[in-house]
Amino acid sequence: MIYFDNAATTIKKPPHVGDAMVQALSVGNSGRGAHGPSLAAARIIYDTREKLARLFGAENPCRIAFTSNATEAINIAVNGLLTADSHVITTACEHNSVLRPLYRKEKEGMALTILPADQKGAISYEQLRHSFRKNTKAVMIQHASNLTGNVMDLSYISSLAHKNRALLIVDAAQSAGCLPIDTEEQGIDILCFTGHKAMMGPQGTGGIYVKQGIEIESFCVGGSGVFSFSKNHPPDLPTALEAGTLNVHGIAGLNAAAEYLLHKGVAVIGQYERELAELFLEQIREIDRIRLFGDYSAKERTAVVSLNVGSEDSARIADLLWDEYQICVRAGAHCAPLLHQTFGTAEQGIVRFSFSWYNTKDEVLAAADALKELALSL
Amino acid sequence: MIFTFRTTADAIAMEKFCIAQNIAGRLIPTPREITAGCGLAWRMTDEEYERQRERLTIFKYETVTALVL
Repeated sequence: MIYFDNAATTIKKPPHVGDAMVQALSVGNSGRGAHGPSLAAARIIYDTREKLARLFGAENPCRIAFTSNATEAINIAVNGLLTADSHVITTACEHNSVLRPLYRKEKEGMALTILPADQKGAISYEQLRHSFRKNTKAVMIQHASNLTGNVMDLSYISSLAHKNRALLIVDAAQSAGCLPIDTEEQGIDILCFTGHKAMMGPQGTGGIYVKQGIEIESFCVGGSGVFSFSKNHPPDLPTALEAGTLNVHGIAGLNAAAEYLLHKGVAVIGQYERELAELFLEQIREIDRIRLFGDYSAKERTAVVSLNVGSEDSARIADLLWDEYQICVRAGAHCAPLLHQTFGTAEQGIVRFSFSWYNTKDEVLAAADALKELALSL
Repeated sequence: MIFTFRTTADAIAMEKFCIAQNIAGRLIPTPREITAGCGLAWRMTDEEYERQRERLTIFKYETVTALVL
């Protein structure tokens, strides 16, 4: 089997991820006692915060709260910061994890500007510059597209946002682990990330970084282990955004994954993955009837190659790749409806190949050969 | 000497800091005499506190409160 659906989730993880999770099965509940097992859990969790803070250039590890995925982090940000009288700017490139929480707020009265994408899936920064209003509260944007692999210029976007007294909220689901992220340098106010994609941690892990000085109330309140007689959930981060027992087993796996990323270097990992994507692109570019989606001339990209073969249903291509070649890719809509409408692929869908640190050049060449063979036979 | 915190994360940060600085003490369940936020407290002897007073000021978390019991 060749697995090229890493933008959905990576299935090969660094060696210590599984071990760390198994070992963590015997720890207690963090913050719920001062005995050994409870403290062991609290120490794993704090140590993971520190590693994530180093990965994302955050000064204070306590500004990172754990969530079950990027979607939950985004929902916390949207519901905790955006009010009915505010205006938010987002883009047509976004995943439904960003669009749907914003649509729901729009129904409550919040004004929403969705910047269109061009045929390469890129937005116009000039248009963004002119989209700010007096009540613009935030620019909510992906770091990298799950469909095209295009990357946003976060430093420039944050400079525009901050000039207009708006926050920059970033969906880093596709970039954390394969593109360097520095919240200080890039001016990111809120970072929402997941642990199971390029970070190579387990599913059910993720988090939110909140810049010092920004207060967010979560939609979820409950047990905290602290201030138990208060009717209100404690306001201090990270507790404010972490009601209930944390997923210490998953967080232990994320800890091992973060350790691996820090050791190897995110830039090194991302570079290797992009080399695989470029090799694949070289091999398949000349196939008759191939249509590529994304800006492949851009300097910075993630390791995603999205394409269609003529007018063939993307689901059929993906199924043939799996059934005849045991190659895993993603077909369909990729939860990015507006970008598919832009490309005119709402019905056909798109076939997405996404590469990981654990893929090899031989796998890439085999998949390219399979695609060539398929394209000829259809 | 007892130190109290507003979050579990701060309590663990204090423990980590003290271990790194070679400061003796340990995390305990917050004694009932103290109305504190966090269920965890850092306990150290008064003598150790006097000895390490200066080093302890390096610990930068704002939510720590030192109490003498």
